[in-house]
Amino acid sequence: MTTVPQTIAPPQTPDRGIPWGRVLLWLAIAFTVTFSLTPVLWQVLTSFKINAAITQTPVVYLPGFDQLTLAHYVDLFRLNQFHVYMLNSALVAIVSTVLCLALGSPAAYALARLQIPGEQVILALVLVVTLFPYILLFLGLLELVRAFGLANNYLALIVPYTAINLPLTILVMRSFFQQLPKDLEDSARVDGYNTVQMLWRIVLPMTLPALVTTGILAFIFAWNEYLFALTFMTRESMKTIPVAAAQLGGTTLFEVPYGPLAAATVVGTLPLVLLVLFFQRRIVQGLTSGSVKG
Amino acid sequence: MAKLELQNLAKAYSRDIVPVKQLNLVVEDNEFLTLVGPSGCGKSTILRLIAGLDQPTEGRVMIGDRDVSPLPPGDRNIAMVFQSYALYPHMTVRDNVASGLKLRHLPAGDIQKRVQEVSGVLGLDPLLDRKPAKLSGGQRQRVALARALVRNPDVFLLDEPLSNLDALLREQVRADLKQIFADQKSPIVYVTHDQTEAMTLSTKVAVLNNGYLQQLGHPHDIYKTPANRFVASFIGSPQMNLVTLSRTGNTVTLSDFTIPLPIGIQAASVVLGIRPEHLRLPREGDAHTVSGQVFLVENLGMHDLVSLRVQGDPTLTLRALLPADAAWSRENLQLALPPESIHWFDGDTEQRLTT
Repeated sequence: MTTVPQTIAPPQTPDRGIPWGRVLLWLAIAFTVTFSLTPVLWQVLTSFKINAAITQTPVVYLPGFDQLTLAHYVDLFRLNQFHVYMLNSALVAIVSTVLCLALGSPAAYALARLQIPGEQVILALVLVVTLFPYILLFLGLLELVRAFGLANNYLALIVPYTAINLPLTILVMRSFFQQLPKDLEDSARVDGYNTVQMLWRIVLPMTLPALVTTGILAFIFAWNEYLFALTFMTRESMKTIPVAAAQLGGTTLFEVPYGPLAAATVVGTLPLVLLVLFFQRRIVQGLTSGSVKG
Repeated sequence: MAKLELQNLAKAYSRDIVPVKQLNLVVEDNEFLTLVGPSGCGKSTILRLIAGLDQPTEGRVMIGDRDVSPLPPGDRNIAMVFQSYALYPHMTVRDNVASGLKLRHLPAGDIQKRVQEVSGVLGLDPLLDRKPAKLSGGQRQRVALARALVRNPDVFLLDEPLSNLDALLREQVRADLKQIFADQKSPIVYVTHDQTEAMTLSTKVAVLNNGYLQQLGHPHDIYKTPANRFVASFIGSPQMNLVTLSRTGNTVTLSDFTIPLPIGIQAASVVLGIRPEHLRLPREGDAHTVSGQVFLVENLGMHDLVSLRVQGDPTLTLRALLPADAAWSRENLQLALPPESIHWFDGDTEQRLTT
C-alpha cells in the first residue's frame, strides 16, 4: 500500500460571523470599569475645573484650557493646612498598622504553631470582637479618652485603630501561618537557626505577602476612619484627612465648595492608590513564589 | 566522626499514644541504618528525637560520647533531609546550601569552597542562582541533599527522601544516594516505608512495628531469617506465604499434605512461612509438595506470580513466583516446598522457632 502524501490543512477557524461572546465580554468589561471609575473620574475632573465651569450647565465634560486650574489644590495647602492633616493621617495610620502587625503576627503564630490549651476559646473570643459594630465601642472609648486625658493626642486614635484591626490581623495571619509547611521551620532549626533567627530570616520573608495584604487593610481602615478622629481630635493641628475634608467650608454659609472638596478627595485617596500600586507587585509575586514540594 | 547511640529511648504523647518504646540502637561510623516499618510505627518520631525536634520522654541520645539529649537541634551537628525537601523558598540554591554554614560563622572562602565541592558532586552548578520554585522535583531533592552534605555533620538523618519522586527517578536517585553516601564516614539513619530502599541502601536495617524494634540486622539476614511473623510478612515482595497450622505429633498437615516439623519445636500451634520465590516446580527427589488449582496469574515480566488454592482446603491459598517460561498446568499445579526455605514461627508468640 502506498501512502499518498497529504497536505495537512491548517485548522481553520470556522467563519461564524460576529463573535458575539467576545463582544459581550468586552461590553461587560467596559460597563463595569465605567460604573466603578466614573465617580472617581468625576471628582478628579471637578478638582481641576474653575468654579464657573463646575457649576455651569450643561455640564462641562471636556474643559478648555481656560477652564482648568490648580487653584483648588493650592488652596488646600495654603488656606487650609492639608499637609498637616496628611501628616497626621499618615502618622496615625502607619503607627497603628505597624503596631497591629507587630502585635498580631506573633499572636497568630503562637495560635497556629503552639498547642495552647484553650486555643479554640481564644479564637472564638477574637472572632466575637470582630462582630461588634465599632460604633458601639464609641461611648466607652470616649470615657476612656477622657479618663486618661488623651484628647488631642495621637494615642487616642492609634490605640483604638490598632485594637479594632487586631482580630482581623490575627485571624488572617493565623491561617497563613498554618499553611506554611512545618518542615521548613524544623529544617531551619536543624540548620542551626535559633527561634528569633528562624522567625526573622525564614518565617518572616515567607510571610511578607500576608503581612502586606493585612497591613494594607489595616492602613486603609485607619486612613479613612472618621468618627473617632472627629470626636477625639478637636484641635486644628491634630485633625486627620477625612475630618478635615468634611469640614471644608465655602466662603459663605450657602456655598458648597465643590472644587476644594473634590481636590481634598483626590489628595486623600492618592496615597492609598499609590500604596496599593506599589505593593501590588509584591503581593502577586509573593503569592506565586515557590513553595516546598515538587 | 562519631557513633550514634540511642539508649532506652521512649516517646509518649499521652498514656495511649506511645510511638516509641524502649529503643536501644547503635549506629557506628560508616554504617547506613534504615528504619523501616508501616505507617505509624514510630520511625519518623525516632528521627525527630535524634534530631532534637522532639524531646524524648525517657532515654538518651548519644553522639560520640556526648549526651546530646538536652541540646537544641542546631547544636547537635546533625543534618536532616526532609520528605518535602523543606527548601527556603525565598533563597537561591546557593543560599539554601550555605545557610547552615553561614550560621556557624565559617569564613566566606571556606563556605564558597564547600558549596562548590558539593554542588559539583551533585551537579547543581548551573542551578546555584535559581530559586527553588524554578527547580524540578529531582533538582529540589538534590539541593536538599547538598544542604545536608555541605555541613559535614556527625550524623545524617534522611526522612523518606525519595517518596516525592516519581518511580523512574526514584530508582535512579536511589542508586545515586548509595554512591554519595558510600563516601561519607558519618553514621546515616534513613527512614522509609519502602523495603526496596531499605534492602538496597543499608548496611543495617531496623524493622519497627508499634513502637518496638522487631529486628535489627544486615538486610540479607533480615530477609533470610526474619525474627518473627511481622518481619517475615513485611520484608520481601511479593509477601511471604504464612499459614497457621495445628500440629499432630511431629508433623503438621497443610490440607491433604503432611509436612514434618523440625526437631525440637515445642509450640502447640505453628505458622509455616515460605516466600513465593522459594516455591518451585517439583524436581526428582523433592520430599514435600503441595498441589492445587491456579486461580490467578500475574505477569511480572521475568516471572509469573501464581496464586493457587491448595487441594482439599479452598480457604488455603499460596502464591508462588515461577519463571515465565516454565510450563505448568492451571488445573493441577504441583509445587515443591524446599525444607531449607521454610520458616517456622510460634502460632502464639509469633516468634521465629528455627534458627
